[in-house]
Amino acid sequence: MLSAFTLHQPVSVTEASEMLRHYGDDAAIYAGGTELLVLMKERLVHFAHLIDIKQIPGLSSIAVDDAAGSMSIGSLASHRALERSPLIRERAPLLAEVESQVANIRVRNAGTIGGNLCFAEPHSDPATLFVAWDAHFTLASAGGSRTVAAADFFTGLLETAREPDELLTGIDLPLLPSGAGSSYQRFKTHERPAAAAAATLWVEDGRIRDARLVAGSVGIGPERLPATEEMIKGQEPDATLFARAAELAAASVFIEEEGFESAEYKRHLIGVLMKRALAQAAERAAS
Amino acid sequence: MTTTTRMTETGTITIDATVNGRPVHATIAAQTTLLDFVREELGLRGAKRSCDVQVCGACTMLLDGTPVSSCCTLAWEAQGKAITTIEGLSAHGSLDPIQQAFVDTGAVQCGFCTSGMVLTAKSLLADNPSPSRDDITAYMSGNLCRCTGYWRIIDAIQLAGERMRDKDGGS
Ligand SMILES: Cc1cc2nc3c(=O)[nH]c(=O)nc-3n(C[C@H](O)[C@H](O)[C@H](O)COP(=O)(O)OP(=O)(O)OC[C@H]3O[C@@H](n4cnc5c(N)ncnc54)[C@H](O)[C@@H]3O)c2cc1C
Ligand code: FES
Ligand code: FES
Repeated sequence: MLSAFTLHQPVSVTEASEMLRHYGDDAAIYAGGTELLVLMKERLVHFAHLIDIKQIPGLSSIAVDDAAGSMSIGSLASHRALERSPLIRERAPLLAEVESQVANIRVRNAGTIGGNLCFAEPHSDPATLFVAWDAHFTLASAGGSRTVAAADFFTGLLETAREPDELLTGIDLPLLPSGAGSSYQRFKTHERPAAAAAATLWVEDGRIRDARLVAGSVGIGPERLPATEEMIKGQEPDATLFARAAELAAASVFIEEEGFESAEYKRHLIGVLMKRALAQAAERAAS
Repeated sequence: MTTTTRMTETGTITIDATVNGRPVHATIAAQTTLLDFVREELGLRGAKRSCDVQVCGACTMLLDGTPVSSCCTLAWEAQGKAITTIEGLSAHGSLDPIQQAFVDTGAVQCGFCTSGMVLTAKSLLADNPSPSRDDITAYMSGNLCRCTGYWRIIDAIQLAGERMRDKDGGS
């Protein structure tokens, strides 16, 4: 059972931000409610004021800016909307592919991308993907707005760089140029993934110019793997290199002991998934 | 501070929606879930509470044709929308083709999952009238059944799809 609360429906970001400031710890943003209501039902948290941001116009748009080379996604877009968007399927098909596997059909219908990211649950698929994709997030308050790189947004277990009076309003996703490729691999036996690996590779003249490799679901948040990135930079993308890189990724990744799977098994999964992610990213970079 | 127009001083909200095509106007506590609203206030008991955390699908209802977990959806979300529950599918005295197919293939055992299964299948077939077995498995993966082993549920959805297509083609 849920305890009593008051629902508010601001119609602008400024109004919502002012409410957050006014009610302080007594208030929470309420988007799809798929995480929030479960926590409240289980009495893990209570908020006397829920600020329903779904009446704020313009927060669920999906658009491409070709001049800027990026796609912008509003924070209120549901997982299902991202999975089905013709624009995303055409211009950022990996995102549609990842979104189609999130949770179940009901959670994808109600749950928003912004809620997923702001909750910063360590098993988030889009969080891991966006760090590997070098996405940037826009945070807005009554005082103005700022942009934060995905890698800097996730600061700890269920923790983000968002200030208490800020809303996540949008996500900017760079459209990968030709010669770049990205892949996301996950393994799950329950609702959320047990382990995930994401790779983006920029290949030039047959060599890896740059790489962003991220492990997800096994630690306290998405974890970039700088040593593995350094190891493959400047090298020719091939199976031997990727096997060695996957070994290093598995050996160096931080594993949090929780959930159904042992730490040893999750470490093994990271190796397997990273090898697949590297191979697919290289294949996509070449196509 | 601006507050919403649908919230009263006493912590209640008003809802205007339709339930299985019938208009409903209600004043309820803001924290009422859609499941409690429909089961307790409206007395429609077809949707079941099982996991209560969006994993099993026994509580599935359609909001404007889209499946949601009514156990974790505020009734607040139904404002201005069409709520469909399992009772709405046989409202005219005959079973929906999906229900009939569940009966014909033996896809029902204890029946606890069935209302959610049928409603989820309804939204799947509305979206994709001839789904493959893989399409069905992917779409229905969030609806758990502890009895049937799923095989006959997939058969039922395919059969319902075929019958509905035949009917559309023949009419
Ligand atoms: C059964 C189940 C399975 C799941 N499986 C997966 C999975 O496989 N992969 C995966 O990635 N995720 C999974 N999820 C998580 C799911 O993606 C999220 O629950 C959903 O996207 C959260 O969005 P929401 O709009 O419902 O957030 P809410 O519950 O409304 O909010 C979540 C949190 O974010 C805050 N918030 C929301 N929007 C904003 C905003 N715009 N600005 C600032 N703060 C905000 C809220 O205050 C709250 O603290 C699963 C969830 C469930 C319940
Ligand atoms: S009771 Fe709602 S999903 Fe299980
Ligand atoms: S028939 Fe018993 S749970 Fe599905």
